[in-house]
Amino acid sequence: MTSPLLRLISITLLACLAACTGGESKVEQGNREGVLHYGNGSEPQGLDPHVVTGVPENKIIRSLFEGLAVKNPYTLEPEPGVAESWDISEDGKTITFHLNPKARWSNGDTVTASDYVWSWHRALNPNMGNQYSYMLYPLVNAEAYATGKLEDPNEVGVKAVDDHTLVVSLNAPTPYFIQLMDHYSTFAVHPETVTMHGGATDRFTPWTRVENMVSNGPFVLTEWKLNRYIRIEKNPLYWNADNVKLNAVIFYPTENLTSEERMFRAGQLHHTNEVPLDKLPVYKAMPKSPLVQAPYLGTYYYLLNTDRPPLDDVRVRKALSMAVDRDTLVSTVLQGAYVSAYSITPPDTLGYYPPKTFSYDPDKARALLADAGYPNGENWPGLELTYNTSENHRKVAVAIQQMWKDVLNIEVTLANQEWKVYLDSVNQMNFQIARRGWIGDYVDPNNFLDLFITGGGNNNTGYSNSEYDDIILRRAPSAPTRDERYSLFREAEAMLMESMPIIPIYTYTSKHLTHPSVKGMPSNLMDSLNIRYVWLDPSETLELE
Amino acid sequence: MAHTDINAEKGTSLWEDAWRRLKKNRLALFGLGVLGLFVASALLTPWIAPYAYDAQNLDLGATPPSAQHWLGTDIFGRDLLTQIMYGGRISLAVGFVATAVALVIGVTWGAVAGYVGGRADAVMMRIVDILYALPFMIFIVLLMVVFGRNLLLLFLAIGAVEWLTMARIMRGQVQALRKQEFVEAAISLGLSPMTIIRRHLVPNALGPIIVYTTLTIPSVMLLEAFLSFLGLGIQPPKTSWGLLISYGAETMEEYPWLLIFPGLALTTTLFALNFLGDGLRDALDVRRSAD
Amino acid sequence: MWRFVIGRLLQAIPVIFIVITATFFLVRAAPGGPFDAEKAVIPEVKAALERQYRLDLPIHEQYFAYLADLSQGDLGPSFKYPGRTINELIESGLPATAELGAYALLIAVIIGSLAGIAAALRPNTLQDYIPMSMAMIGICMPTFLLGPILVLIFGIHLDWLPVSGWGDIPGDKLMPSITLGAAYAAYVARLSRAGMLEVLSQDYIRTARAKGLPEWQVVLKHGLRGGMLPVVAFLGPAFAGLLAGSFVVETIFQIPGLGRFYVQAAFNRDYTMILGTTVFLSTLIVLFNLLSDIVAAWLNPRLRAQLSE
Repeated sequence: MTSPLLRLISITLLACLAACTGGESKVEQGNREGVLHYGNGSEPQGLDPHVVTGVPENKIIRSLFEGLAVKNPYTLEPEPGVAESWDISEDGKTITFHLNPKARWSNGDTVTASDYVWSWHRALNPNMGNQYSYMLYPLVNAEAYATGKLEDPNEVGVKAVDDHTLVVSLNAPTPYFIQLMDHYSTFAVHPETVTMHGGATDRFTPWTRVENMVSNGPFVLTEWKLNRYIRIEKNPLYWNADNVKLNAVIFYPTENLTSEERMFRAGQLHHTNEVPLDKLPVYKAMPKSPLVQAPYLGTYYYLLNTDRPPLDDVRVRKALSMAVDRDTLVSTVLQGAYVSAYSITPPDTLGYYPPKTFSYDPDKARALLADAGYPNGENWPGLELTYNTSENHRKVAVAIQQMWKDVLNIEVTLANQEWKVYLDSVNQMNFQIARRGWIGDYVDPNNFLDLFITGGGNNNTGYSNSEYDDIILRRAPSAPTRDERYSLFREAEAMLMESMPIIPIYTYTSKHLTHPSVKGMPSNLMDSLNIRYVWLDPSETLELE
Repeated sequence: MAHTDINAEKGTSLWEDAWRRLKKNRLALFGLGVLGLFVASALLTPWIAPYAYDAQNLDLGATPPSAQHWLGTDIFGRDLLTQIMYGGRISLAVGFVATAVALVIGVTWGAVAGYVGGRADAVMMRIVDILYALPFMIFIVLLMVVFGRNLLLLFLAIGAVEWLTMARIMRGQVQALRKQEFVEAAISLGLSPMTIIRRHLVPNALGPIIVYTTLTIPSVMLLEAFLSFLGLGIQPPKTSWGLLISYGAETMEEYPWLLIFPGLALTTTLFALNFLGDGLRDALDVRRSAD
Repeated sequence: MWRFVIGRLLQAIPVIFIVITATFFLVRAAPGGPFDAEKAVIPEVKAALERQYRLDLPIHEQYFAYLADLSQGDLGPSFKYPGRTINELIESGLPATAELGAYALLIAVIIGSLAGIAAALRPNTLQDYIPMSMAMIGICMPTFLLGPILVLIFGIHLDWLPVSGWGDIPGDKLMPSITLGAAYAAYVARLSRAGMLEVLSQDYIRTARAKGLPEWQVVLKHGLRGGMLPVVAFLGPAFAGLLAGSFVVETIFQIPGLGRFYVQAAFNRDYTMILGTTVFLSTLIVLFNLLSDIVAAWLNPRLRAQLSE
């Protein structure tokens, strides 16, 4: 009775063996056909540029749509996109974009300036619920319209002078404005398509479905299997189609880092979204390593709720910060994957380097703590550290908790909450110490420093300093040169760190495993993908030993 | 006449018979021994653990078993044997406490329903039926997500799932026992229902209850481990075998010992409990058509 | 018999209703809303979002609106995936989970029954001890332990089978199905052994043997029906357990099924998704239990006689 079963099992196993050891891998097939297999992290929420908020969506949307300007992946400088050129006025408050007359939607329509006006009105419309509407706030009246204080969208500072000329009016000179044109929330959508499938500001509509979508970028959406993959193919009507070398890209939702890494090893992916920390030493040791690691425009830090004792005492805050041995943390627990940070802005943010106002100093930390009334941890009331559920956050929290115990002899308990609860706690200031990460939306120190203006939506520390506000909101924007602007920023940053409302921990790095056959995908500070530059070289193979 | 006497006597010598039979079952004894060892270790952990629970050694990192660390270390350089011992305290505690909760609720509910009979019984058991049909796994996940993960809630949630079968068994037993003459005798003596239930019915119904309890503990421990694996059960800095296994699974390629040893601890305990439970069932000669 | 069926069906309705109501209020009670994002949401934007998803209505109005939609089979829109309805999401996840569950159940029933019957035929010999010990392992080793171990051995060290995916690479369905089915195979083995042992000791079996029937006829034609009864009764609860197990297996093997969707929805506070999946899965469980009870009753000649009176 059991032998027929045995036979069945052995046949199945043999069949599997045969199927698995033979045959071409997806990567090999992709190299032949010009198809890139890209691990993209989570399944995208959607593909409407005025609705979504995440990084996985970013990669796909920026391959389907094109903004007025695009980023060069090597230099991060803006390049012509839908706009073939632009003029900035003397006072810096007016920008005139000249649209490329060859720019087309995927259904053949010309991309016109009024498409942009319509789309920006949509992005700012309070009914849209666009969480990135603030990207367009540099525009005159944009904030008023978005917050419902202004009724008529036509008063917002964007006008279509003719089909190919778009004039933008800004509140103040904004040096990084062109960069914002590569952020998907400023992209144009095809008005007729959107309205054909529902209201202009409805979030439900099927206009982003495969059969309905109309886009203007180098690729078009051809397949979307929820939680399986998204396939996009080359758009023949794209104005620069001749220079696009890939034929198709398939994006895979790869939330589980360990599985993603195995998929890469099995030849199922050209590129992974992340690399599990424990695998880093293994990959770093390889002579022809597919590991690509680069600084990433983001900072990992702990928020300190300055409204809650004992954190309302700056000496306590400084003690906590100085007791953290960032270098050891990074080199051991974090496998050397990151860089220690002592301020909020990452180093070399478009040439800006933040000041370093303190360092790891256990003796000084102990002295400060004693000064504040807790010598050697006596009378310590206890503190709670909140973080969102994640392997890495847990590792960092456990290590730092121990450091505080060892150096300062104080107890800090850990509270891990999952994402939504954690967000709620942070937004409601319902925490004492909370983990935070901030990734830059554009490359400019302002994106980090304006976090801490009084009452800033993402301040979350209670830090308030009118001098600081003055620099960030008034003096820096009107600085005549970049150097002067940067030195004002340094002044502000030093002011901020003197108060220590946060404990900066490390600067992010982007980590990917990339198959050697992938060319034109350099690492850059924004980990920004410009799909137009990518091509596949079938002669390159992966060697993992 | 003699028949009733034997029944009345059965209460005491049943246990002696059962113990004799159990002693002959080597697997069950093995289970008992292992369980005893783990429970003793769990109780004595703060004194016998080789290292402090939170003694980190970041520079050491994860190392395989060695002379200083018999089961190796985790990524923070903490001794794995110590972690497993402390984790065992929590896992076993959850197992016993949650089962105890289920036991108390279930036995009381079932006994009352079985004794009282009639309408009240019908209503009580209908409630059990309805609750039984609810997909508890889904609810527990939801509960843990909604109300945050505190240990007390975990005990209650798990206990709330397991008491139902306990109630059914108890009711069945009580219904059968109630018809016995010694119960009628007690009633005619004027004893109150609660006294009768407590002193006469429950002790005599204990056989299947004990068996079922011994078999509930492993399924409770599995439930806790499952929830911890999903991130919904025990939270760091506390640890449990389920948590240790889920951490170990993350890094099992580089540090397989982090998965294997906690896994072994859990599996062995479950083995022991199951063997013991089976042995008790055979020894107490309870009906075999189990569910 | 029909009265039994209808009676059980009627019983099922309050259960489903309780599930819907309890889940609805539980989910709303949770801290953290569906629109919290790391970059703080501007109040006007948040208000607009809440208006669109009816979150600005008082809670009892939300509840009744939901019930109204539900009666038409509309499970509502997803919060996490704008533009998608829950029905769509369930449809996309269901095939993988159903297939996984079916294979696991098949493995459980076939291997379990074979092992259990073999053991019952020669009790207390090696033919009994070996399958029963393996069954014990199956019961004592949780899915989330067995899965990674199988992956470690067969996926990584031996490199025989793929470590993730469902339907992408030939052979990637084998390990997940085995992982999920193993625990249930173990239970089925024990149940069928117990059931068969009890049946085989009955008088009518002895009669059949005395009549000179070949052993396999005795076992198959006469023994199986009664012996497999406990297994059939077990299938109802097993189904619920399989669904729960699929959460873990789908996470380990990255299978795009309903279980994984459910766990993600819980973490994302995707209210309608949690509600919709819970209602959907619970209804399935209740129906499956009902089915299993009916089949068990039908198979059991004693019960059938009782019910047709």
